Amino acid sequence: MKLYDGGKIIAGILIFLILITIPFWYGRIKATALPEPSLATETIDRLEERKCLEDRQYMRNNHAKLLTELKNQVVREGNRIYVAKDGRKHTISLSSGCLGCHSNKSKFCDRCHDGVGAKPNCFSCHHQPKEVR
Amino acid sequence: MPLNRREILKIAGCLGLGLACPPMIYELAAKTKRPGDVPASALTAGSWGMAIDIAKCRNRCPDCITACHEEHNVPSFLDSRHQIRWIGSEPFGAVFPGQDHRMLPESLKSLSVPVFCNHCDNPPCVRVCPTGATFKRPDGITMMDYHRCIGCRFCMAGCPYGSRSMNWREPGPAVKKINPNYPLRAAGVVEKCNFCEERLAQGKLPACVAACPQKAMTVGDLADERSEIRRLLSGGLALRRRGELGTGPQVYYLWRG
Repeated sequence: MKLYDGGKIIAGILIFLILITIPFWYGRIKATALPEPSLATETIDRLEERKCLEDRQYMRNNHAKLLTELKNQVVREGNRIYVAKDGRKHTISLSSGCLGCHSNKSKFCDRCHDGVGAKPNCFSCHHQPKEVR
Repeated sequence: MPLNRREILKIAGCLGLGLACPPMIYELAAKTKRPGDVPASALTAGSWGMAIDIAKCRNRCPDCITACHEEHNVPSFLDSRHQIRWIGSEPFGAVFPGQDHRMLPESLKSLSVPVFCNHCDNPPCVRVCPTGATFKRPDGITMMDYHRCIGCRFCMAGCPYGSRSMNWREPGPAVKKINPNYPLRAAGVVEKCNFCEERLAQGKLPACVAACPQKAMTVGDLADERSEIRRLLSGGLALRRRGELGTGPQVYYLWRG
């Protein structure tokens, strides 16, 4: 079997592949480091052990899922105590629990979410305490 | 390969065992589930209910309504079509259409009665909710998970009491003073009375009950024979809103005039 105009066809296919994968290449070239959320608030500085509900990596990877689970636990089961993997107990509350420590929403939540283009709508309903610093 | 009788029986046995597995696993999972960690200070009940002695209710007293709406950041829109109402006040004849006759004493005819979610035993709002956003708690409270509400308003059509309101507009700007301890709702979400579930968890009585200057409202455990509410209900006739519909409302209106 003979391929007529083989050079043109193969070149065309190559150009097509390059064009269609542009978003991936572009992302690679332009990739910037993930913004670092700020953990500097007065409450966190005063903590003896600087630990969130779970360890830092877990919170970083799973906070959205964890927040949903905590919401379900409070709303569906009426259980307001979160027992961490290491046995510590926490009262579940977004506004006074999570944001009690992380009172710097713009430097903690927004910095990352803006960086990755995520737009969670927590604060269209939940109270956002006045920012410290 | 042709199957003989013995092999067919073996396969059938295995299939039967396999079918029996899921129910057993669910049963085990339910048993191993950690029971809710409820602090001792929380108010709990087997079956929550409320009794309102309307004879004590001072006519057109807004205290329970104000307390509830301030507690839960309920917006007040001027346009009645956008009105959000967790607890309201209606004339006796409108609340109990079956009791409205021409011999009704004037004191009752002119009386305004507090109305809110009846936390029905058989709630139509729960049955029609397509996302499970409205659900029944084991302790009798008909609850809403606002995160799950898609604003379809089936529940509003299902509720025979008009106890549910739709946020047609963004509620935030219409809340006079925001209570930071309770979240707002968003436009496109339905809301209603939650029996002050969040206050019960802190060991406080519902806001309307606590605010009533006449102590006309009583909450309690209907499953507990020795509770105050059971004592009140055993003292005479109690009216329920449109009980004939079979919704099983758990708010009882007493008349001890």
